[in-house]
Amino acid sequence: MSRSTTIRRRLRSFALLASGAAVAAGCGRADAARVGDVGDAAARVYVAPGKYDEFYAFFSGGFDGQIGVYGLPSGRLLKHVPVFSQSAENGWGYSEQTKPMLATSYGFVPWDDAHHPQLSQTGGVPDGRWLFINGNNTPRIARLDLTRFETEEILEIPNSGGNHSSPFVTENTEYVVAGTRFSVPAPQRDISIEEYKDAFSGMLTYARVDSATGRMTIAFQLRLPAFDYDLSHAGKGPSHGWSFFTTYNTEEANTKLEVNASQRDKDYIAAVHWKQAEQCVAQGKAKTEPARYAHNIMGADGIARTEWGSGVKVLTPDACPGLVYLLPTPKSPHGVDVDPTGEFIVGSGKLATVLSVHSFSKMQKAIADRAFAGEDHGIPVLNPEATLAGEVQGAGLGALHTEFDGKGNAYTSMFLSSEIVKWSLKDYKVLDRAPVYYSVGHLMIPGGDSRKPWGKYAVALNKITKDRYLPTGPELAQSAQLYDISGDRMKLLLDFPTIGEPHYAQALPAALIKDRQLKMYSLKDNSDPYASKNEKSTRVERKGRAVHVMMTSVRSHFMPDKIEGIQVGDSVFFHVTNLEQDWDVPHGFAVMGATNSELLLMPGQTRTLVWTPDRVGIFPFYCTDFCSALHQEMQGYIRVSPKGSSVALKWNSPSYKAGDAEDDHKKDDDHKKGDDHDQRGTR
Amino acid sequence: MKRSSRLAVAAASLLLLAVYVLPLWHIDLIAPQYPEGLGLRIWVDQITGLKPNDVNSINGLNHYIGMRAIEPDMIPELRLMPRLLAAAIAAGLLVALVGRRPLLYVWAGLFALGAAAGLGDFWKWGYDYGHQLDPHAAISVPGMSYQPPIIGSKQLLNFHATSWPGPGGWIAILALATVVAVAVFEWRRARAPRPAAAVGAGMRAMEAA
Repeated sequence: MSRSTTIRRRLRSFALLASGAAVAAGCGRADAARVGDVGDAAARVYVAPGKYDEFYAFFSGGFDGQIGVYGLPSGRLLKHVPVFSQSAENGWGYSEQTKPMLATSYGFVPWDDAHHPQLSQTGGVPDGRWLFINGNNTPRIARLDLTRFETEEILEIPNSGGNHSSPFVTENTEYVVAGTRFSVPAPQRDISIEEYKDAFSGMLTYARVDSATGRMTIAFQLRLPAFDYDLSHAGKGPSHGWSFFTTYNTEEANTKLEVNASQRDKDYIAAVHWKQAEQCVAQGKAKTEPARYAHNIMGADGIARTEWGSGVKVLTPDACPGLVYLLPTPKSPHGVDVDPTGEFIVGSGKLATVLSVHSFSKMQKAIADRAFAGEDHGIPVLNPEATLAGEVQGAGLGALHTEFDGKGNAYTSMFLSSEIVKWSLKDYKVLDRAPVYYSVGHLMIPGGDSRKPWGKYAVALNKITKDRYLPTGPELAQSAQLYDISGDRMKLLLDFPTIGEPHYAQALPAALIKDRQLKMYSLKDNSDPYASKNEKSTRVERKGRAVHVMMTSVRSHFMPDKIEGIQVGDSVFFHVTNLEQDWDVPHGFAVMGATNSELLLMPGQTRTLVWTPDRVGIFPFYCTDFCSALHQEMQGYIRVSPKGSSVALKWNSPSYKAGDAEDDHKKDDDHKKGDDHDQRGTR
Repeated sequence: MKRSSRLAVAAASLLLLAVYVLPLWHIDLIAPQYPEGLGLRIWVDQITGLKPNDVNSINGLNHYIGMRAIEPDMIPELRLMPRLLAAAIAAGLLVALVGRRPLLYVWAGLFALGAAAGLGDFWKWGYDYGHQLDPHAAISVPGMSYQPPIIGSKQLLNFHATSWPGPGGWIAILALATVVAVAVFEWRRARAPRPAAAVGAGMRAMEAA
């Protein structure tokens, strides 16, 4: 009773503090003036028909589990790329070739909560090769190939309870990281939740990225105290070799975290010296522990396969001195962002009234001088004064994330005061502030977390939409805002709605990847074992209760388009190959009664859909992608007969010869053909 | 024959070697759906696309209007032409070596005839492709045929077709013009004592070309 009263009082004082600080920070500046001072906003975001946007922006889909690709400055949606969630639009996670991409140790998981896209970097600058993104709920990291805008790899992270501080690449994409937001027993076991402090671990995973193929391998895991590891960024330049992770719940509460994890004045930024970890692992100081995890890779043949991991190397701080140091940072810091020079580490304490800026060189000195304030779980806690470069006073409320413009300025998103605040890295003075609509989460400047930001635009990715667009019922599209940050003052240019709930986003100049886009798959190089590379090789084969239909699509027909001899309960595998070798001529494939999805086939590609007819009849199938002037004619029929029927397998393509398709029912062949009409009569 | 004439004939013959490595003719197609264009490249021994899959794409489109597929293997001329070209080059070199005017006249005449026959054959193939249409084709426009021009542009339904000599074609034309000019020059020189109006006309025609 008295406790809840205390909490209520504390919350009330926080609210008072909030309004006080808002006035102090000058939030009262009229929004109207802000919008009004950009009379040419429309012209600045206008991309004339047939012209291209300057930037590709990759927005996480959040609970949508996908990636949205937008053009900037227009805010136009260019593509929705399936990653962790099935996509009925093109059969991702439904077709036989793509289903293994969503395999996990829990089985097939057709959804995830995708938060942080990270472009691959070379020398600390986005290189346009790959995009990584984390899956939070069933811990995973995915890699997209940016020549195809398709997901190529998904790696499950074992011993993690929620993959939030991820993937945050190192300067040359040596590693992607995966810090657990929720500490859990690792390995998992049946214990009381009360044993949290003693028996739970906060695992940070480092997955090595092959520089040629992009392929990820779990290199090692660090077993750290049972904090909540919230966000991360890698060092760069002088701080290359380190990664920084924010923590909350250093109180190590296991219930009612809203309050119980908000007690300490300071939590930590954990500075992890991963180069030291590499050495310790090389010296055999890591223990290999069993762990089962899925590693799904899309092969060059377009077929995804799952490899199973059986163990991980686990390193503990006591086995590897110098591995990790804790930087006290107020208060439940959320984002941790490293400036382009690699010297400044900005901790955005979401419940704090100041922004803390740590200095990497001061941190190095503090480590050398052993300027420790103490230890936590045996890990050195650095003296707060020894690492602090400065504090931004009166920045705003609910600081979450900071990005940089490469001109010595930082931009921090303020969730509670609903604004972006621009401040100087030289003197930590606030330079400008711009309201957002409403409650910004992440913000994004193209290359804004890299060594060379393209500091022309900033995008606010907001959590609350309310009145920004025409109402669409209780569920509203998430709102994003585009600001021109090229001048001294930020200028609001554009509102645009987004898909899912974007958390972080990243962007790069279109010129980096525009000319490297794949236009089609080479039919000649198609090595899918069920591909038909021409119409002559199309055929239908029965193998027990499985029927394989090797089918082609080309404007404007399927081959074959008339199939008989299918029986109720058969598993019919439609292996459809798009024979087109012409840019932007996909074909679709859908069959009535299919309980999964359609297929969308890019030129030269083979995809397989399984259909299990549950009733007799004639079933149409058709092309779903308006491919040509005769698209409507692109259709066919399948006859489904009762189980055990003597209707012979028959199809209309050049390979068909009566009676040679069946590996069973051979004995019936002789009288079967004559019985076709009778069979039809008995249905 | 003058020494310079023999050199010119030898040069023209050797120039023809370029025809083995450069396309003779370009046919380019533009449509609203194909802003990037589709194109055929006709070589002495093959037909290729401007881009790797253009022949297939053009065949795919042509099937709607019932045109036969362009299958280079089915065109015997593409096997014959390299040999004829080799013979022409060899003969040209022989003419230059021997240096006898009658040989030059015969060779120049045959060359010109061969070129005309080649163009005629090209036109015939174009005519046949454009007119011999499958009566069951999906798109049948009464009175419409789809013969591309030899030189110039023509609208064929949604496609704007442009046909023009390729670099190999221009080189062949240059070689032919050289040989004809040398032949005319030699013929005039041989008849130099007796001025003839016909020669003047011939020269003027050549200059115009």
